[in-house]
Amino acid sequence: MHRYSAAALLRHGINRHTTWPRAWRCPPLRDSYDVIIVGAGGHGLSTAYHLAKDHGITNVAVLERGWLGGGNIARNTVTIRSNYMRDASIPFYVKSVALYEGLTKALNFNMMHSKRTMVDVVQTYPKMRELRRRQLTMDIYGSTYEQISERELRRRIPALTGGGPDARLPITGGMVHTDAGVNRHDAVAWGYARAIDAMGIEIHQQTAVESLVRGADGRIAGVQTKRGLVRAPKVAVAVSGHTTTLTETVGLKLPLRTMNLTAFVSEPVKPLVDVIVNCPDAGFYFSQSDKGEMVVGGAPDMGQSFRRDIKQHVFEDTVTAMLSLFPSFKKLKLLRQWGGHLDIAHDASPIMDQTDVPGLFITAGWWGGYKAIPAGGLTLAHLVATGKSHDLMSKFTLKRFRHLDYVMETGTTTAR
Amino acid sequence: MMNIPCPFCGPRNEAEFAFGGPVKPDRPDPNMVSEEEWAAYLTQVPNPLGPVQERWWHVKGCGTWLTIWRDTRTHDIVVRPADAS
Repeated sequence: MHRYSAAALLRHGINRHTTWPRAWRCPPLRDSYDVIIVGAGGHGLSTAYHLAKDHGITNVAVLERGWLGGGNIARNTVTIRSNYMRDASIPFYVKSVALYEGLTKALNFNMMHSKRTMVDVVQTYPKMRELRRRQLTMDIYGSTYEQISERELRRRIPALTGGGPDARLPITGGMVHTDAGVNRHDAVAWGYARAIDAMGIEIHQQTAVESLVRGADGRIAGVQTKRGLVRAPKVAVAVSGHTTTLTETVGLKLPLRTMNLTAFVSEPVKPLVDVIVNCPDAGFYFSQSDKGEMVVGGAPDMGQSFRRDIKQHVFEDTVTAMLSLFPSFKKLKLLRQWGGHLDIAHDASPIMDQTDVPGLFITAGWWGGYKAIPAGGLTLAHLVATGKSHDLMSKFTLKRFRHLDYVMETGTTTAR
Repeated sequence: MMNIPCPFCGPRNEAEFAFGGPVKPDRPDPNMVSEEEWAAYLTQVPNPLGPVQERWWHVKGCGTWLTIWRDTRTHDIVVRPADAS
């Protein structure tokens, strides 16, 4: 791999930047591999990275329907945090946050990681009680959560001028999660892609997988793509919202629903808010990007959805909620909106497991899966390579639904 | 934006409605079905790339519950597909 460094920048600068090598290859598609990963999103790329790095498995193809960095890895709000509720979830996300913090060095690619803290603006007592309860569990696993007063909240976020004593929901206090941060989503996709390419793994863009293919013995045999049949004894599906669409091609039903979660950004303005602001009672959250844009997310569309755009009333509800707490944002012009479809499991926790079809693995049910990319890849690669669950993901199985042994994170996401 | 046909109020803006979830099969007697069937009933819902049958509540209107078929790709309200069970 061509290392990126100050010296390389200087060397290529002298040549007017015409000598930079390609960051990854576009090799011809072969007809068989040891492992096929469907989806070159964050989880697919990270799984490929850990297959090669931790387990030495490099005869791998990552198949992508669109282009690299064009799926949900480009359709999120880059929020990295570990404030969850359940004993199974918190250590997993703590690990993921730690891996993200070391990713720039590990991949030799600047992730522009900015550990800037998340602050929850709480406006009801039930929400405050729930977050205090989360704090006690998070304390056990080394994640940080701390209660602050309304006065301290307003000191930390000067733009927060709404939610006073006369508001419909006056602010009751706040919670501070210092582990939270943001980074650059394109860098995550490109950094992983460059690293796995250097280790010999192939990325095939514009290679939509149309169906999964089972052999006569019932095991997975490969995938049917629009460029032909590709064989592999192990297939890992990391396609976010389309998981059930693919698994139903081999008759597999899963406890997943596909939803559309939307976000939008404002025009860039001078630095105004230096933390990630989450307002669970009002129903929105935002952070200011390094470019100065306010990146705002709200609630999902009602009902299942495979659309990728925002609905006018969802957008209006989110803006109304935001203006109730940040009235000065009224002057902001909004630039772009987008949506991404993701699937949510019955208990709102992820599923990383081998399915009833031997050799077929899924990673699905990611609601806010961006923060889980490093640990998701680490643990899924362990499962694919060794056939055994990694300790961090041993609860996120498909079997838990069979035994009704849920990892109940319902309510800790923005899912309605 | 969907215009959901309410049987009493006519087509109304979806902002007046609350979502009631996809229509599930009748609740089986847990003692009469296998454990797999019972778990499947509790945890699995139809997740089609296309028409899905679902319940909506006209909560900011007349308060009635209604059932529609909606295409998950476009959010168009569609007629019941011919092959629907």
